[in-house]
Amino acid sequence: MASYIAKRLLVIPLLLLVFSIVIFFLIQAPPGDFMTTYSAILAGSGSSMDNEQLNLMRIDYGLDKPMHIQYIRWMGKLLHGDMGLSLLYMLPNTKLIGDRIGLTVLLAFFSFILSWLIAIPAGIYSATHKNSIGDYFFTVINYIGVAIPNFFLALLLMWICYDLWGLNLVGLFSPKYEMAPWSWAKVGDLLSHIWLPSLILALGGSARLTRIMRANLLDELGKPYMITGRAKGMSEWALVMKYPVRLAINPLVSTIGNYIPQLFSGSLVVATVMNLQNIGPLLLQALSMQDMYLSGSILLVYCLLAIIGTILSDMLLVWVDPRIRME
Amino acid sequence: MTDQKPLLSVRDLQVYFHLDEGIVKSVDGVSFDAYKGQVLGIVGESGCGKSVTMKSILRIVEPPGRIMGGQVLLSKRDHPDEYLDLTAMNEKGKEIRAVRGGEIALIPQEPMAAFSPVHTIGNQIMEAIMLHCNVNKNEAREICVQSLKSVGMSMPEKRVDSYSWQLSGGLRQRAIIAMAIAGNPRLLVADEPTTAIDVTTQAQILRLLKDLQRQREMSILFITHDLGVIAQMAQYVVVMYLGRVMEKGPVDAIFHNPKHPYTQALLRSIPSAQKTTKTKLPTITGSIPHPFNKPKGCPFHPRCIDAIKGKCDVELPVEYIVGDQQFASCFRYEKNEVNNR
Repeated sequence: MASYIAKRLLVIPLLLLVFSIVIFFLIQAPPGDFMTTYSAILAGSGSSMDNEQLNLMRIDYGLDKPMHIQYIRWMGKLLHGDMGLSLLYMLPNTKLIGDRIGLTVLLAFFSFILSWLIAIPAGIYSATHKNSIGDYFFTVINYIGVAIPNFFLALLLMWICYDLWGLNLVGLFSPKYEMAPWSWAKVGDLLSHIWLPSLILALGGSARLTRIMRANLLDELGKPYMITGRAKGMSEWALVMKYPVRLAINPLVSTIGNYIPQLFSGSLVVATVMNLQNIGPLLLQALSMQDMYLSGSILLVYCLLAIIGTILSDMLLVWVDPRIRME
Repeated sequence: MTDQKPLLSVRDLQVYFHLDEGIVKSVDGVSFDAYKGQVLGIVGESGCGKSVTMKSILRIVEPPGRIMGGQVLLSKRDHPDEYLDLTAMNEKGKEIRAVRGGEIALIPQEPMAAFSPVHTIGNQIMEAIMLHCNVNKNEAREICVQSLKSVGMSMPEKRVDSYSWQLSGGLRQRAIIAMAIAGNPRLLVADEPTTAIDVTTQAQILRLLKDLQRQREMSILFITHDLGVIAQMAQYVVVMYLGRVMEKGPVDAIFHNPKHPYTQALLRSIPSAQKTTKTKLPTITGSIPHPFNKPKGCPFHPRCIDAIKGKCDVELPVEYIVGDQQFASCFRYEKNEVNNR
């Protein structure tokens, strides 16, 4: 087991290297660079910069060098833990990302927990009450959950909450706490805001998970060990919870790896719509402004989180399924 | 045996499956008695209703199957003259759950899939023990190890923590038997317990079952399609065909003096090791009718060489006494006395 984990951890740097190359060249793919965007903005606001100045700045930022040289310079800094400077904010990327990573992971974690809390009971109910009214109800909810874009759901819920109860659910903090240093009151304020974006992000995922849970459980409910359990004298409820539910969750655990990147990328649009202070809006802005070092660094952090998520889900699977553990 | 009261009495049991296509009468008026310390064999082709009969006794028939009539009576442990009617119980209730595993235990068909693969066999056997005996976890583990030992499993202290897929087919079947006897039942229902394992192991398992039955004075309801196994194991045999009992009687009478045309045809079609004739093995002509359109009258009449036209295809025969403790549902014995029990 220890050697298995060590092996998986050793692959991380290699994967990150491959991803960094792909990411770097993908971000550079659109025509122009940050200076092009920058001068366009300046022109839009009435002021302007001549070409000479722009080129001087290009040389300053190293944007005049060939792409592979730029990549090597970026990589060289990354290896020293320096993600470079955001051309847009004129701040170190490490600080920009570091300020927001906590909330990003927290939001993803909450959505993840919520989606499982919704999906597993709903899946169990649907499978044990197959083709009942409740089952159909969850099926309809699930299809809506899968079909509706989550940013639209966000807009809808925000509007409903505001219209009905006068609640302003934009952002993760009340204005009072937005700039305040961390305190218990601020944590409480965060918790009172984070549930709605978490719920919105969770719904799409939980719809899929419910379907998987229902199908898995239906498979398990017909297995011969159910007859053994009934013949032992177990009550139906205890039997269903102990054996088939446990077995039906195993394949669900293996989906965690795919689900985590989805949570991050899904949160980008929702976070922008709801003005959440996580990495999502930062990435969107960096991409549209061609702030390449910032967007590259964010995407690399996403990759790292996804890799860690996959490893965690694999380890979890090993832990819950003795058949995998003992191979 | 005649003056003794039966341990389990199945009377006129009817189990129907209500499907969209129609009603399938899987078990249609089955009666038999099982006595203490006896091995009762139920034999029949696949689809004859023997497994459904077994499930009805434990009240674990899955929907759309339903018990439509008849009784399953189990004598009480403390008062053998008094009977519990299992068919009258709520199938999810406490009463029947105390019977399952505690009074009547099941040895299921597929030892491979009968255990959950993600729980140790010890965990699953201990669960059965804790459901029926008032013991704590440590005591249950002790009983579990004893139980594994008594079914001839070596290193029971170690094997108790293994998973079913780590055991060989024979060991797995032994673990199943250990789980069945752990609740100290009076009746074991063995549903084709040896079909999935090889012949050598099969012989060992059969011997083990017989030994356990003698030591613990249990009764066994042995369900199989293998006449050889029945001859070896059972004292009394019930022959079923299409949801009905064709003939029942002591094992010697059934094998040496069968009365019902179906039993006779069945025995004729067993290959013999002694005979070296080059003649073709006789088979029963025709095939089993589809369960949706069971023939009217005696279900066997379309394939029966002795069928009486205008009689067997119209009326359903009752059980006639054809020997000592031997009964046949066939109009050939119409003049014999009717079995009223």
